[in-house]
Amino acid sequence: MMEWNVDTNEKEMGMATAVSNNKLLEVTDLGVTFKTDEGLVRAVDGISFTAHKGKTLGIVGESGSGKSVTAQSIMRLLPNSAMIDEDSSIAFYRDSGPIEITSLDNRSQKMRELRGGDIAMIFQEPMSSFSPVYTIGNQIMEAILQHRNVSKQEAREIAIDMLDKVGIANPAVRVDQYPFELSGGMRQRAMIAVALSTRPSLLIADEPTTALDVTIQAQILELMRGLKDEFDMSIIFITHDLGVIAQVAQEIVVMYLGKAMERGTAKDVLGNPQHPYTVSLLGAIPKLGTLGGRLTPVGGDIPSPLQRPSGCPFHTRCKQKIEGVCDVDPPGITRVSDTHTVYCYLYE
Amino acid sequence: MIRFVIERFFGMFVTMFFVSIMVFIIMELPPGDYADRYAFRKFSGTGVTVTESDLDNIRAELGLDRPAYQRYFSWIGGILFRFDFGDAFAYETSVNNVLGQRLGLTLAILFSTLIITYLVAIPVGIYAAVHRHSAADYGLTIFSYLGLALPNFLLALILLYISVKYLGSSVGGLFSAEYQDAPWSIAKFVDLLKHLMVPAIVLAWSATAFQIQTVRATMSDEINKLSVTAARARGIPERRLLFKYPARLAINPVVSTMGFDVNRIFSELPIVALVLGLAELGELLIQSYLDLDMFVAGAILLLLTFIIVFMNFLSDIALSFLDPRIKLKG
Ligand SMILES: Nc1ncnc2c1ncn2[C@@H]1O[C@H](COP(=O)(O)OP(=O)(O)OP(=O)(O)O)[C@@H](O)[C@H]1O
Ligand SMILES: [Mg+2]
Repeated sequence: MMEWNVDTNEKEMGMATAVSNNKLLEVTDLGVTFKTDEGLVRAVDGISFTAHKGKTLGIVGESGSGKSVTAQSIMRLLPNSAMIDEDSSIAFYRDSGPIEITSLDNRSQKMRELRGGDIAMIFQEPMSSFSPVYTIGNQIMEAILQHRNVSKQEAREIAIDMLDKVGIANPAVRVDQYPFELSGGMRQRAMIAVALSTRPSLLIADEPTTALDVTIQAQILELMRGLKDEFDMSIIFITHDLGVIAQVAQEIVVMYLGKAMERGTAKDVLGNPQHPYTVSLLGAIPKLGTLGGRLTPVGGDIPSPLQRPSGCPFHTRCKQKIEGVCDVDPPGITRVSDTHTVYCYLYE
Repeated sequence: MIRFVIERFFGMFVTMFFVSIMVFIIMELPPGDYADRYAFRKFSGTGVTVTESDLDNIRAELGLDRPAYQRYFSWIGGILFRFDFGDAFAYETSVNNVLGQRLGLTLAILFSTLIITYLVAIPVGIYAAVHRHSAADYGLTIFSYLGLALPNFLLALILLYISVKYLGSSVGGLFSAEYQDAPWSIAKFVDLLKHLMVPAIVLAWSATAFQIQTVRATMSDEINKLSVTAARARGIPERRLLFKYPARLAINPVVSTMGFDVNRIFSELPIVALVLGLAELGELLIQSYLDLDMFVAGAILLLLTFIIVFMNFLSDIALSFLDPRIKLKG
């Protein structure tokens, strides 16, 4: 196994060169701080990753690790109290050339074209992602009319077609129904229909199945897998469940308290986990087939975001903590292989 | 939708039926009856001794001798089929004549008050919510508390003073003398608005202050809903999105309390009218109690409740348009 230190300039360090011209979205040194009444909250602390064309990138981590804030940064949906670092970069590679999202104005025409047009997003709660006072069709057509040059009638036909594609029976009837007339699973399907109706090249799914029960969760994952190929898009799939990630992602970022603890292909991270945090997260997945297998959640409490631990943020819960090292300075990023990096002193 | 409207309409009808019975009972409540007072007024000081049979004659003449249910039906029948509220004994004319202008004035004040309230409160409340914690927001909050704290009659006096002293407009009544009997014209309409302005602003003042806070609170809640973020994530322009999603729901509580607003305006109107010297219904209601002129009292009670019930009906219908969950879930 090759191991060497990479100096701090992560911008230079793409994945393997073979895929680097397939970049769709490249996040470099993203840092986000919230101003709150209690003080500054460092929600994302310098993370970098790349989503490649046609691939699914999984972002995994426990609650509060900054997954949603990362997604909101890409969509520029952060509240006014949030500040993105000056030197952060979020580059979106359109066919016509790259766009630097962090330098766009929040309300600019270009940002609105990106939102929903190039990058679509679905959310954790299918129950509340739709407004209760407009029909499903109205909300799908709204997206279509915003981004595609079609008539109302055509938009309606596209909406019905999309509802059909996401596996909703009777789409011509459903299109005129209100969200509360649909079940949770159906609503998440409808949300996917909204997202895909504008043919985005990137779909950000922030815990899209967490609120659903297991069988429906599996159906939605299956649906998303199929649609990704049909629509030839990339997905950033956010979840706290490595078991779900294993089913959908080709590349994985493991996040903890705003840091990327480990990055690599699914094979790297799941098959050859390096970081003690990844290892303990994997221990928390009930293995298929091992009925009654004990669930060992990651021990210890997640520190308050207002009091981030010094050094490696995970040292307070790490079983392999090196006293006097891990709790003092932050570790560097160590390259395990061409595709695999880890943020931990154990490999330095 | 049509079914919902019919249901609510029927509901309004049933409510009005019970209200009319209650009003009729109230009309029957005062001790003695109109015949006593009529005889007293007509014959006191004349030396004529009024006997029980004279009273009976008066009762027969006025139709007071029939059983209560018959009198109820002839009363309500007259109103429903001929829009005839009976006789105003004390004025020796019909109730319709006595009410005429006062009803017009009351309605004009009511609607201009409601219009001012909603026209100010809704946009201002939405603005304050969108620009939360801005200087404008804080300013509006202070204004709102002031609005709630200031007594109506004081405000009425202040505005009365200002309008007479600086705007030179006469207050009291609906029209200035020169327009009283003039045919409708732009000038007459402007004159009407001038007269309505002071009472409408006085009555709208506290309601506006209150409704600004309501709209601001609901709007602030609605803006943070995931469905709004989801629409933003679809690339919908901010202004359109605010009007389509949160603003539509932010006016719900205002619409649903329309009946309360009407009710409150009716109860505050007599004091304001007294200060401003306006001849509206509330004052007449009190006078008619004193005269035991029960057809007048009944007509006013019935009309005022009908307006409240009807506004409630309108607010139900408007709500069902604003929020489809209401009509679909029943
Ligand atoms: N609007 C906000 N104001 C202040 N702090 C915030 C805000 N939004 C998020 N945070 C903080 O940022 C950190 C990361 O939050 P984030 O929602 O990204 O976590 P997450 O990984 O998505 O967790 P979960 O699995 O619970 O969704 C948390 O500590 C949270 O408290
Ligand atoms: Mg989240």
